[in-house]
Amino acid sequence: MWDAFGFEFVNFYLIPGLVLGCIYALGAIGITLTFGILRFANFAHGEIMMSGAYLTWTVMAIAGYAGLTLHPLVAMVPATLLVILLFLGTDKFFYKPFRKADTIKVVMASFGMMLIIRSAVQVIWGPNQLTFVRGIAKPNSVLSDVSNDIGMMLIIPNKHLFIFAGTVIIVIALSYLLNRTRIGKAMRAVSDSPDLAHVTGIDVDKVIRATWIVGGICATAAGVFLVMDVQMLETTMGFRMLLPMFAAAILGGIGKPYGAVFGGLVIGLAEELSAYPWIGDTPLLSPGYKTGVAFAIMVIMLIVRPQGLFKGRSF
Amino acid sequence: MEAYVGYFLYFLSLLTVGGIYAIFALGLNVNWGFAGLFNVGIVGFAAVGAYTYALLTTAESTYHIGGLGLPLPFGMFAAMMTSAVIAGFIGLICIRLRADYLAIATIGIAEIIKLILKNETEITNGPRGINKIPRAWEHFSEERFYTSWPMSWFGTPENWEAFFDTLPNWYWQPLFAGTILLVMYVIYRMLERARTSPWGRMMTAIRENEPAARAAGKDVTRRRIEAFIIGAAIMGLAGSLFAQHLRLIEPTNTFDPSKVTFLVWVMLIVGGSGNNRGAMLGAFLIWTLWSASELFITGAIDLIGNIFSTLDPSILQTRAGFLRMMLIGILMQVILQRYPGGILPEVRPASPKADKNIAGTTGESK
Repeated sequence: MWDAFGFEFVNFYLIPGLVLGCIYALGAIGITLTFGILRFANFAHGEIMMSGAYLTWTVMAIAGYAGLTLHPLVAMVPATLLVILLFLGTDKFFYKPFRKADTIKVVMASFGMMLIIRSAVQVIWGPNQLTFVRGIAKPNSVLSDVSNDIGMMLIIPNKHLFIFAGTVIIVIALSYLLNRTRIGKAMRAVSDSPDLAHVTGIDVDKVIRATWIVGGICATAAGVFLVMDVQMLETTMGFRMLLPMFAAAILGGIGKPYGAVFGGLVIGLAEELSAYPWIGDTPLLSPGYKTGVAFAIMVIMLIVRPQGLFKGRSF
Repeated sequence: MEAYVGYFLYFLSLLTVGGIYAIFALGLNVNWGFAGLFNVGIVGFAAVGAYTYALLTTAESTYHIGGLGLPLPFGMFAAMMTSAVIAGFIGLICIRLRADYLAIATIGIAEIIKLILKNETEITNGPRGINKIPRAWEHFSEERFYTSWPMSWFGTPENWEAFFDTLPNWYWQPLFAGTILLVMYVIYRMLERARTSPWGRMMTAIRENEPAARAAGKDVTRRRIEAFIIGAAIMGLAGSLFAQHLRLIEPTNTFDPSKVTFLVWVMLIVGGSGNNRGAMLGAFLIWTLWSASELFITGAIDLIGNIFSTLDPSILQTRAGFLRMMLIGILMQVILQRYPGGILPEVRPASPKADKNIAGTTGESK
């Protein structure tokens, strides 16, 4: 079973698909929480991810001047704080004035924010591509040796292991937050029924702040993981992530964080596996159309089951 | 004298591009202003229109499919139709859902359209794009037009060549600008008619209070799909004019969402959504600001470059472009929060019956 076919399939399609899925999952958590709790599709989410990655790069560069070489995962911590501030700031100045108004106004405001944030990043960091760490990522030697001994060679670069571990830790922390803490339960309550939550005395403003904080942590992690994976920072990457993340959120059901994680993994795998030569020798779908897969899944979901697989909210 | 011609041509180009944007804004006004449909895929419909027009009207080429050399108005009509068909497809899927989904779907379809244009190199020549797109009026001086009918009925190729030599080389500019303004005016009149008609008033009713409109027996979904398709068709037409203006189109930079979708949205919001005149005013205003700021930025960079001679002006130039985008975005947010009506707020058409009652002279009171 584990012949050249399996080797190629697992190492070049399945694992990259899972990595991409983890990144989408983290981004989609933020989108689905905002959609569920604040009730609008946040178009600026991808740009926030992107600016989180740029802030991480800046922290690394500043540390570099001081003679320190920081790993992106370490530099991510101060960047996350800045991203949370950015989220809370945009909420306060641009989304909050419309909270009582029609939700579509907030969507418009977030659409405007998308371009404001992207242009701001382009003004500050310039349009050129940057990178965290240069060079080819070597596969983890221990893992490839051990798996080679049992006859299933796995080539997983360290960066991918970091991404897997990071995603698992964040998802576990999130499930602890949502199931065990007061604020997490309040978030779920507001997502399920805002009126009922309000009546029971839940502080909705506090819940909204918590949503932005959770979304900010996940978004920064997703942005940094994406840059670690593709080893390249560009200003359009947030926009490119937006559609798959929305697709993941809709697939999993709006307002369902686990659904978003599942949806993210499905979309990531589907994008990578669509390029696998399932029939014959040529890729099933030209790699140029990878983004189209997410869109196709989303359209099918909207037709067949707009509430998503996990029975989220459908408006 | 030469200098005046330069200013005149600059003014004409403002009118040309402003007019094209005004047509986009009118199309968006049908979607958003009339029916409250949040369409952020303008760039997709523009690209469909532009490519349909280009493939149908360019001369035969080995780089891309088509090149049928069809008459220009036919290409423009086909551009409208293709856009409308795609809009119908999205509309049938998404319109029954909440507005957010339509926004996601339209931004998605715009990206997918660009992806297809980029990847199907056999059909569209991929990222290299299509060039030599015939531009209305200028195309008469192209050889393939004056050697074929109907122009060949009126003169031999030599005569035509001599005739075009006598004209200044910018002869087409006023005519092209005039054509665009005429198209814009015709669309404006049609939309004004639609807005005050029962159809338009039903639109307003659906937008303002959907349950009430539904209770009154209006087919809400159908009306919304109609508005979506009409708006998209107008955007497709504007896209074909955009292709004529540029003469070279390619999928990535020509159809940059921030420069088409976003700018058109800002134009409509600043001008006044729901008001056709506002849409046109906003388009000309924002476009004038946009292109005048280019001159201003160049001047400012010259000044800064003189003070800080170590700076590389080209870096400032690109960053200034982004800064301008950011300022336009902030302008949109300010208008959205402080002046949600825009410069020319929407005026509700009065019911014809109400008019009669007020006039009350004919004695037809009911």
